[in-house]
Amino acid sequence: MWRYTLKRLIQGIITIWFIATATFFAMHNVPGDPLINDRSVTEDIRANLEAKYGLNRPTHEQYLIYMGNILRGDFGISFTQKNRMVNDIIREHFPVSAILGILAVVFAGLGGVLWGALTALYRNRLPDVIIMFLVILGISVPSFVVAAIAQLTLVNLNDLFGFSVLPVAGWGTLWHMLVPSMVLGLGTMAYLTRLMRSSMLEIVNSDFIRTAKAKGLPPTRIFTTHQLRNAILPVITVLGPSIAAITTGGFVVELVFAIPGLGRYFVQAVQQLDYTVIMGTTVFYGAFLVFMVIVVDLLYGWIDPRVRLE
Amino acid sequence: MSDAITSEDSLTRAAGRQLLTFAFFAIAGIALLMVGLAWASSLTGAASGGNNAVDPETGTLTVFLREEPPQLNSSLSTDQVSGSVLGHVIEGLLRYDEHNRLVTAVAERWEIREHGATFWLRQDALWSDGEPVTAHDFVFAWKTGLDPANASEYAFILYAIKNGEAINRGELPTSTIGARAIDDHTLEVDFERPLAYFDKLVAFSTYAPLREDFYLATSGAYGADADKILYNGPFVIESWVHGASLRMRKNPLYWDRERAKVEVIDFAYITSDANATLNLFKDDKIAYATLQAENLNNAMEQRWHIDRFMDGSVFYIEFNHREGRLTANHHLRKAMQLATDSAELVYKVTKLPGYLPGESLFPVWLQGVDGYLREEYPANYPAMDLEQARWHLEQAKAELGIDEFPPLVLLTGDNPISNIQAEYYQQVFRKNLGLDLKIDKQIFKQRLAKMLSGDFDLVLAGWGPDYDDPLTFGDLFASWNLNNRGQYRNPELDKWVRVAQNEQDTKARMDAFGEIQRIIIDDAVILPGYERGVTYVTHPQMKGMVRRAVGPDPDFTNAWIEG
Repeated sequence: MWRYTLKRLIQGIITIWFIATATFFAMHNVPGDPLINDRSVTEDIRANLEAKYGLNRPTHEQYLIYMGNILRGDFGISFTQKNRMVNDIIREHFPVSAILGILAVVFAGLGGVLWGALTALYRNRLPDVIIMFLVILGISVPSFVVAAIAQLTLVNLNDLFGFSVLPVAGWGTLWHMLVPSMVLGLGTMAYLTRLMRSSMLEIVNSDFIRTAKAKGLPPTRIFTTHQLRNAILPVITVLGPSIAAITTGGFVVELVFAIPGLGRYFVQAVQQLDYTVIMGTTVFYGAFLVFMVIVVDLLYGWIDPRVRLE
Repeated sequence: MSDAITSEDSLTRAAGRQLLTFAFFAIAGIALLMVGLAWASSLTGAASGGNNAVDPETGTLTVFLREEPPQLNSSLSTDQVSGSVLGHVIEGLLRYDEHNRLVTAVAERWEIREHGATFWLRQDALWSDGEPVTAHDFVFAWKTGLDPANASEYAFILYAIKNGEAINRGELPTSTIGARAIDDHTLEVDFERPLAYFDKLVAFSTYAPLREDFYLATSGAYGADADKILYNGPFVIESWVHGASLRMRKNPLYWDRERAKVEVIDFAYITSDANATLNLFKDDKIAYATLQAENLNNAMEQRWHIDRFMDGSVFYIEFNHREGRLTANHHLRKAMQLATDSAELVYKVTKLPGYLPGESLFPVWLQGVDGYLREEYPANYPAMDLEQARWHLEQAKAELGIDEFPPLVLLTGDNPISNIQAEYYQQVFRKNLGLDLKIDKQIFKQRLAKMLSGDFDLVLAGWGPDYDDPLTFGDLFASWNLNNRGQYRNPELDKWVRVAQNEQDTKARMDAFGEIQRIIIDDAVILPGYERGVTYVTHPQMKGMVRRAVGPDPDFTNAWIEG
């Protein structure tokens, strides 16, 4: 178990190093750089800026300096937010994205399991048909559409009641979180519902369920201990990457609901070619993803003892 | 299977009940989790929103910012959002009033001569820590802007001051700047060369004062946070939560206390999503919002208060005039000019409210001698004429010695309006001239890099004003201008730009702009597309909000709440 964990951790570190290196060179090879702006600057100002940010050195030298700084935990200073440390940007804005993400994952996970189980129980009957229709919608409608519709619904709801039932946008209280996190989790919830449904259906016809029925176990026991517990395994597997995807993919939701999360820095940095922020957020999110995958693998062994960790 | 249905059904029912119990626990769990997360998020302090759009009781106006200001150091700031925020909290020598006239600010009177200017500063202008604003603060700010070590992107606007350019190139020390504090309240400036519009320059934020001791005490982080800025404007920034909100309160030490009418301006939301801001407006959470074309009818049905203004920018196709490029050929450019109709683009294709069809490099709102420049010097833009256009195309083919034009590369940005425009031009040139365009869609920085290196035939470009004088557009295609990315070179145009820069007489300067306009159209240097307009809705109780093409926009300094 410990050996396995250690091995995974080392693999993870190599993965993160690879992500950092690939991003660094890809970023330096696209046309343009963070110093180009709407107003052209003279050669002299440009030279000053390059010297200030160390961009006048050869790329491989910049790479070594940058890697050295990362090892010390210093992601540098943003090019667009000229006086802000990338570390500060991550520290201030990641918690917001994380809170939104955790809630979205919980919505998605619990919702996916419950709806999936329900559709499997009532397969080919009305609840199944309705829910599976919604699931298809949830998977195929992009989040910016869902976010916009959800927000418009909130506006109309508040208008209908004549007072603010739920805030339309903003951040800070419990009520600000509810709708954005549901919107953020919707796609994953739909995906998990489908996964849970098929996994339940597969298990219903398996031998051990027949055995359980034959030996006269009460239906609730069969359902909970044998069906649900086994059917949930594939859901757990995809949950790890889902957490990372949801937490990093909040850009649209953060923009529409004016939420001060890290997602918009992540996307805007790419548009602005803000080297330090691109590197900082990519390495950070990469590490986060790797960590989540390891955690899920360890959890897997705990939920299903048949899985050997080695 | 039929005999098994009853037992299956009983299992289903039992399991269904079980699921219901689980669902109940799940909802309870989520509720608990939310309470916990709400507590956790209160620790991060990133709260925003909640108030109504206007609150007459506390005098609070709630609005939004399109983007987070990158930083608020007036000598380094370049973007429009920072400009708008700085316009509320920092005051320069002169400022624009609600009718966009230049009026006194920190300077109570001023005198502009051919080779220099003198500003007499008012005694009662104070910094937010109670110290007086002095002439030294301006000299320090200008040195800071020009100091090559600070690499300010807007240093060029300070080149009007004697030795400004040489200091910025590192050829002279900052102490040689042609600006002196005669005493605490008298500021004298020498010009690099005769200049008729210096008063318009000093209203720009790069010319705003900075106090040396405070600036140095922040050790390079001036303008990074609300407590790392010294204010002297009608408002001070009370709190600035990065990415979330920015809140201003009336400055009790401001010399003209009557000017600010509201107590608090709360920029409670930061989002560039136009639908989100409109939804916030509908929900009575913000006092103004920009309208998109698709919302215009709805806004009229709702009987909202709709306003519009020209934001000052012009957009056009810029040709690549570099030697060896097909688009360097005069006849090819003429052919393309005569094959397009900007009115069709604006009214039938983009259909954005408030936009005007482009005809000239100079937008309609610029002032001429007595009235508008464009009324005194009409553009006389040639109407679409396909016969002429095809004749020019044949001439071009003959001159270039080719039978068929290869596809031309049209470089564009990746926003929706650029896409629509690019496709429109692609179709128009194919239909009218049989010319093929290859669209090269690039994100912001990549597009700029390709423009700089000349990796295009045509590019969808635009220009917004820095100061309120036609020269802010007029020198764009001068051969020495770094923003002349198509590298158009024409000695005659250069000559007229020099006249516009150095001449003291207004009529002679405006004549020069008339000539520049004529050359740009005759030689088809650019193909004007549109002048950008903005249509927006305002809260019925909010009055006095100012929109402007040059200077801080939007400006809530004079805004008040009715009722």
